[in-house]
Amino acid sequence: MAAKFGTQEWYDIYKEEINNSKEYEEAAKTWEGDFYFITKKGGPAKEAIVGYVDLWHGKCRNAEIVTDIKKYNPEFIIEAPYAIWKRICLKQLDSTQALITKQSKLMTGSRGTMSKIMRYTKAANELTNITARIETEWLD
Amino acid sequence: MWTFSCPIIAYGDYALEYIAQIQGKKAFLVTDKNIVSLGLLKLVTDQLDAVNIEWQVFDEIEPEPSVATIKRGGIAIGKYQPDWVIGLGGGSCMDAAKAIIILLVQPDLDPDAIIASDTYNFRQKAKLMAIPTTSGTGSEATWAIVLTDTEYQRKIGLGTTECTPDVAILDPVMVEGMPPQITADTGMDAVCQAIEGYVSTWGTSITEGPGLVAAKQAFQYLPRAYKDGRDLEARKEMQNAAILAGLSFGNSMAGLGHSLGHALGAMYHIPHGRSVGLFLPYTMEYLINGSEETTAKYAEISSFCGAASGSNLECAKALVTRVRTLLKEINQPLSVADCGIDKDQYEASVPDLIDRALNEVMTMTVSRVPGVEDLGKIFRYAYAGKPINF
Repeated sequence: MAAKFGTQEWYDIYKEEINNSKEYEEAAKTWEGDFYFITKKGGPAKEAIVGYVDLWHGKCRNAEIVTDIKKYNPEFIIEAPYAIWKRICLKQLDSTQALITKQSKLMTGSRGTMSKIMRYTKAANELTNITARIETEWLD
Repeated sequence: MWTFSCPIIAYGDYALEYIAQIQGKKAFLVTDKNIVSLGLLKLVTDQLDAVNIEWQVFDEIEPEPSVATIKRGGIAIGKYQPDWVIGLGGGSCMDAAKAIIILLVQPDLDPDAIIASDTYNFRQKAKLMAIPTTSGTGSEATWAIVLTDTEYQRKIGLGTTECTPDVAILDPVMVEGMPPQITADTGMDAVCQAIEGYVSTWGTSITEGPGLVAAKQAFQYLPRAYKDGRDLEARKEMQNAAILAGLSFGNSMAGLGHSLGHALGAMYHIPHGRSVGLFLPYTMEYLINGSEETTAKYAEISSFCGAASGSNLECAKALVTRVRTLLKEINQPLSVADCGIDKDQYEASVPDLIDRALNEVMTMTVSRVPGVEDLGKIFRYAYAGKPINF
């Protein structure tokens, strides 16, 4: 059964899929860092959707929908409109291409650096591969 | 949505005189001490003086510039407040200029935090010009900034499309004195970028055109430029080939030759063009062995360059042979061993080389993405000079 995009149910499945992925575990075995994935308010997203994902040594320690954006202070924040997230999740749009063309926005928090995230390109790619495997009920 | 970024290109004899047409009062030149001692800086400042544009020089750029150097440049540019920034030199100087101009508007920004998705609006204060003194990096036409992460001895690719220069000036006088070794090293970068830009999975018909012509010109004119630096026709065509290759891969993406070459270059301090050129034929063979799509594209380049006719496979293999022939003609290494790297030391570093190559975006933008095992084999075959048969 499909999980609705932007819900805790979807993030529970995302966490499980990450933790079942040998490819991700191998690519991210030394990664320590957390993210906000923010879907901007607009279109089918009636409010901003903030997903928090804490990734640690190839595993996902926490994945949750956050209602108070101040709850965490993640290293990295990626923000995009709903339509762009949908294309990225469906692998219709490469996540790096989305950044280059400024369709999505990457922000580094107080601890994050570009050189850190760029050492884990393969892991980032695997995270996108995982989203494509989740049976998703889209908002539109 | 995709975009194509391109500067105004002034090229050919006396192209430096284009400087007389720019509007501005103060220029900040980002270069290195070698460019100054060769007298190339003076050729540019003479043009600035002729139109009463004040200038200041920051000549501290080292090969593969570090974040610390960029920060020093940021302090200097903040004090000078120019309305033009001119990157003068090889790829390192031009890339450094792209990073330093961002610090003009965001002086507290760590260069490591320049993000592709950000907009810095530096043109509110200054425009960006690139004047290459080598023919190969294509930096004069791209937005990419390659800096060195000294902590991890890794090259970091930064930049945003905004960093594409406003103006690129290709004057043959700037490259006619380039030594043969640098001509060969940087020229192979152009060859690699042309071919990889053409076959990139991010490529389109808009990026294929410049890549195709760049490959043809580089195959024809690089040996001539290498053998006789005063052959101005060859020099001019190599300048054209380099910027066309830059327009191709800079608006699509490079490929595996760059991924593996970056890894080797960062760990063993081998010049960029030499290391990417070394891996080009091996990675082409790897793609031919597993991708009909890329084989067909290699065949198109091969036919256009007159390397072969026949089936796609025959033409693609002929292109690999053409690359190896070119490498021999210009005395470039054909194997990692040819670079003088100790076999045991290299073998011990293979896991690290794999990790670096695996995490390059350029590894993902080819039609056959290698995993750990295949990358290890390619690195080892390339050491021994063995053609890729898997």
